[in-house]
Amino acid sequence: MITAIAFYLLAAVSVASAFMVIASRNPVHSVMFLILTFFSAAGLFILMGAEFLALLLIMVYVGAVAVLFLFVVMMLEVDFVALKQGFLQYIGLGATVAVVLLTELILVGAAYFAGDGNTATPPNPDESNLEAFGHVLYTDYAFFFEASGFILLVAMIGAIVLTLRERDGVRKQDISKQIARTREDAVEMVDLKSGEGIGS
Amino acid sequence: MANVINFILPFLPELLLAFFASQLLVFGVVKKERTDLVRWIAIGLLVVFALAGLFVGVPGTTAFNGALINDDFSYIAKAIIGLAAAAALLFSESYLKSERLDQYEFSVLVLYAVLGMSIMVSSNSLLSLYIGIEMQSLALYVLAAFNRDSLRASEAGLKYFVLGALSSGLLLYGISMVYGFTGSLTFDTIGAVVSSGDVSPGVIAGMVFMLCGLGFKISAAPFHMWTPDVYEGSPTPVTGFFASAPKFAAMALIARVLMDPFMGIQDSWQQVIIVLSVASMIVGVFGALMQTNIKRLMAYSSIANMGYALVALSAGTVAGVNGMLIFMSIYLITSIGLFACILQMRIRDGMVEQISDVAGLSTTQPRLALMFTVLLFSLMGMPPLLGFFGKISAFYPAIDAGLTWLVVVALIASVVGAFYYLRIIKTIWFEEQDRQFVKPATALSVLSGVSTLILVAVLFLPFISAPVKTAFGAAAASLF
Repeated sequence: MITAIAFYLLAAVSVASAFMVIASRNPVHSVMFLILTFFSAAGLFILMGAEFLALLLIMVYVGAVAVLFLFVVMMLEVDFVALKQGFLQYIGLGATVAVVLLTELILVGAAYFAGDGNTATPPNPDESNLEAFGHVLYTDYAFFFEASGFILLVAMIGAIVLTLRERDGVRKQDISKQIARTREDAVEMVDLKSGEGIGS
Repeated sequence: MANVINFILPFLPELLLAFFASQLLVFGVVKKERTDLVRWIAIGLLVVFALAGLFVGVPGTTAFNGALINDDFSYIAKAIIGLAAAAALLFSESYLKSERLDQYEFSVLVLYAVLGMSIMVSSNSLLSLYIGIEMQSLALYVLAAFNRDSLRASEAGLKYFVLGALSSGLLLYGISMVYGFTGSLTFDTIGAVVSSGDVSPGVIAGMVFMLCGLGFKISAAPFHMWTPDVYEGSPTPVTGFFASAPKFAAMALIARVLMDPFMGIQDSWQQVIIVLSVASMIVGVFGALMQTNIKRLMAYSSIANMGYALVALSAGTVAGVNGMLIFMSIYLITSIGLFACILQMRIRDGMVEQISDVAGLSTTQPRLALMFTVLLFSLMGMPPLLGFFGKISAFYPAIDAGLTWLVVVALIASVVGAFYYLRIIKTIWFEEQDRQFVKPATALSVLSGVSTLILVAVLFLPFISAPVKTAFGAAAASLF
């Protein structure tokens, strides 16, 4: 019963908030609704018994990707004066999002611990999600794992090629030069007569 | 030891490429100024990659738990892709040097793009298909924007990236539906489910979405919008590369997807392929009519040519795949030669790319004018050049499969298309303008000369054309 309620609530919220991502005019709101969508999707994963995927979704997408989105959106040309004028009206929105998130969390937790959920049966029920992933990720799926690594490498090369500019006049530390330096290069022995200084 | 060799041999070409590309990257980071050395090593590596599969490959094996498959088809495709990419690196040298873009990353990115294409053509599961496509596209996006100080190149890269991401979304949506309704990611199991008769509409919907995503990659209409802008904005050698190896890889991938897992629903995909083909031919030939920029013209020409290649595939027979292979290889040779010619269109102030700039080429540079003419005539399909033979082998299988009306449309499109090729030839031979191009780099003259020679002579040299034809026939047969 609770599971059914949780499922319909989570599903409805994820569809509605996904719609709001594209419907809202303010890009910051869009990102907030995106976070809500990820959160609801994570709840759906938990209902299906895929707790590792749910945590991954929260950590990677909400924790990293959405925050990065937020940074990018804020660096775009958004009229912040106009945004701040209506500051009060966001409290309502923010509170709504917060309450919805909280309700979802409670419902998911309740449904999970009530144990009447209809979860997918893993091949080996004694195994946690994490173990199941571990068994196949580096064996059956090793090739895909490595190839994805190459994709990330290409992305990294691309980012560097397109953005890195070598500037003149940057003082870089050259370790081999530092080590190759001898006492003769650095120190000069000068015989000074007292009272004359070094000005010659 | 024998065990290790037996384990490695099936994916030796990919292993070579992945290993040495990474080594080359490290070498480049340390020795930034040795771009020539990096390029020549990369060219050598690509040639070795192309030949490795043909000579030491073990057809009929799979690697990595069925993720990759090795058959004659994938080896032939890799050979063509490797050689085309090597040619692209060869003709990029003079351009990159004169535009001050000569960075070692260019060669490394081309190598990684080829690695992605190699995974694409030998993919045996939906996951490796997607990973291969992403690897090659990501490298290509960066190459399109390689001239980062140029507004147009950056725009081209960004446009390609955004539309490429959209196409990946469509592809993934289709993949998820196919996975959901067949319960498997490997082509063998999908093929077994699909040919068992009782196919749910979900599989067909997924297949259509996948074809839409793949249609972006070969720039088949109505998914062609990015092509003219990207071709025009990218650095010219990159455009030449786009028009060759990636097109072939995506086309080979489509052939494998259609003939392997989805062979059981040929009635369904045949309609999609026919629609894509007709739309591409119409958009390609009519869009090209008003173009004045030669790179944009090549973009529309490539859209039309993809339409002709899809005519061959729509037959869904061994002869059809064989025709596609022959047509695409000849198209690759022609477009590499044409881009080598376009890269020679350099005056003292820099590159020129308008059609009017080739006016009077017959008096100032008769050799270049002759090569241009032969290449364009071949693209048009004029006998006795090789292009004519390519079109015949692309269209005959469709007639045999009862698609006569489609071939009639293709022939009409060829005739309309002949107009704009002839317009360039007319400009070259019959218009007056004394604009002197600077002396071209040796690599460019050699490349355009060699491809012209191939187009003129191969048909009369049976000791070359006969074995190649046999190899293509075996490759096409290995898909079924």
